[in-house]
Amino acid sequence: MNRLRFQRSQLCIPYGLFLVCFVFAPLVVIIYYAFTDGEGRITLANLTSFFSSPNTIGTLAYSLGIAVATTCCCLLLAYPIAYILARSRFKHKAVILMVFVMPMWINFTLRITALKEILTVIEGNLAYHPFLNTLIGMTYDFLPFMILPIYTTLEKLDNSLLEAAADLGADTVRTFLRVTFPLSVPGIISGIVMVFLPSMTNYVVLDMLYNSTYIMGSLIGAYFSAYDWHNGSMIALILLGIILVFTMFTNRYADEDAGSSRGGVLGS
Amino acid sequence: MRKTFYTIFLSFVMVLLYLPILVLAVYSFTDSANIGAIRGFSVQNYVTLFKKPELRDMIAGTLILAVGSAFISTVLGTLGAVGVFYSGRFGNLVVGSLNKVPVVNAEVVTAFSLCILLIGACGVDKSSFVSLVIGHVVLEAPFVYVSVVPKLKQMDNSLYEAALDLGASPAMALRRVVLPQIFPGVVSGFALAVTLSLDDYFITSYTKPATFDTISTYVVNATRGSQTEIKTALWALSTIIFAVVVGMVILMNLTGNKNEKRAGAGNEKDR
Repeated sequence: MNRLRFQRSQLCIPYGLFLVCFVFAPLVVIIYYAFTDGEGRITLANLTSFFSSPNTIGTLAYSLGIAVATTCCCLLLAYPIAYILARSRFKHKAVILMVFVMPMWINFTLRITALKEILTVIEGNLAYHPFLNTLIGMTYDFLPFMILPIYTTLEKLDNSLLEAAADLGADTVRTFLRVTFPLSVPGIISGIVMVFLPSMTNYVVLDMLYNSTYIMGSLIGAYFSAYDWHNGSMIALILLGIILVFTMFTNRYADEDAGSSRGGVLGS
Repeated sequence: MRKTFYTIFLSFVMVLLYLPILVLAVYSFTDSANIGAIRGFSVQNYVTLFKKPELRDMIAGTLILAVGSAFISTVLGTLGAVGVFYSGRFGNLVVGSLNKVPVVNAEVVTAFSLCILLIGACGVDKSSFVSLVIGHVVLEAPFVYVSVVPKLKQMDNSLYEAALDLGASPAMALRRVVLPQIFPGVVSGFALAVTLSLDDYFITSYTKPATFDTISTYVVNATRGSQTEIKTALWALSTIIFAVVVGMVILMNLTGNKNEKRAGAGNEKDR
């Protein structure tokens, strides 16, 4: 029996090796590059130059601004949609949800192209409102990723809690604020994770909408094209740090089912 | 009253979401090069899309890469999930936590670090497609793993033991008893892997050979250039992809409904 268990667990060896070689090793390599200079000497210069240069700090601030604004927009649009779909009695809920999630499966560069054409017609010249265009583009791109986790949490919310609140004399607004909303927070957090980080790094959206300001992702791209791997690795490491803090925070509060729901609909 | 309001709100957002795609779909059937006055009906864009070798190769390349890398990811990810399920705490810790990294990581960071490792430290030649395929598998396999694990947890473990008692070899029991039970997870993992590969820009652009393009990298390059013929041919491409996705969703809904009905009417308590 013991021999059997051993054999079955061996099946994970190829994948384990793959992960060590192509997920773990790259992390080690960027840590090495981030703390060395061109001659291979250990240095903190890459770190200090990031935090002392007004350009890079400005880029960090701009990407945080875009990420916060995008996340807020997505949340403000997605929450009502998810709430209506989950809590009201539409006949074909699953189909309507599909319609909102479907854009996720159309290549995002093509969707942004479509959006660009429309915005060009409306605004004439995209260069006048770079921040607004980026915000629209990012929201357009990431909205499904916010709807899905919130819907998942709201959908499985226990109805008896709402009935209890009503029996105890709470009106609709109060029930929402004191029962429904707090219980949906895990879904909201999962959604924020799905939207916040990509909108800090997806510089293709900015490129395609003619916003020439840098975000954190564009910095990596620029250092990469300039073969400056040491500074590029430092940026990657700083982003990894942000991600780490984020996941530590969200692991505690996020909804297990709603998390990692890139293909939530497919998985059901 | 409230329901009317809800309907209006949902329809409004839906229109916003689909307006750009639908407008492009309409214009893809005209000979206009810009959104504006429609001059005449034409299928020229669709002809260009399939006649021009560079466009045809790009589409074929994207599809082959997506299906190929999704297949490798599905095999690796499924084996990994099954192995970890039966292994001790150590395997679970190593594979489980490393598996989370590409899922939560920003794609640019994954792409950049992988590229530094493969091209910088190991000297892999980009034009060999090795780095491109590895990159896509790194992106996809963790999601396959994530979609197989829940099915393993739901699985009835005693069936495997029963198969062994009845004389099946472990390999046969895995293939004939375990695999069928987790198969829905494997299929949705594969589908997810294909969509991830089709949608990816960053991994592709950091690891691809210079002469190869997927839809994403091609579109991004095309927006920098100013070739009208290619621009409008891409409208046709976006229309076709939209139609395919709609078709798939309808198909999924039809088969899904049938399965739900078969699963019995006992699940009404959710209402």
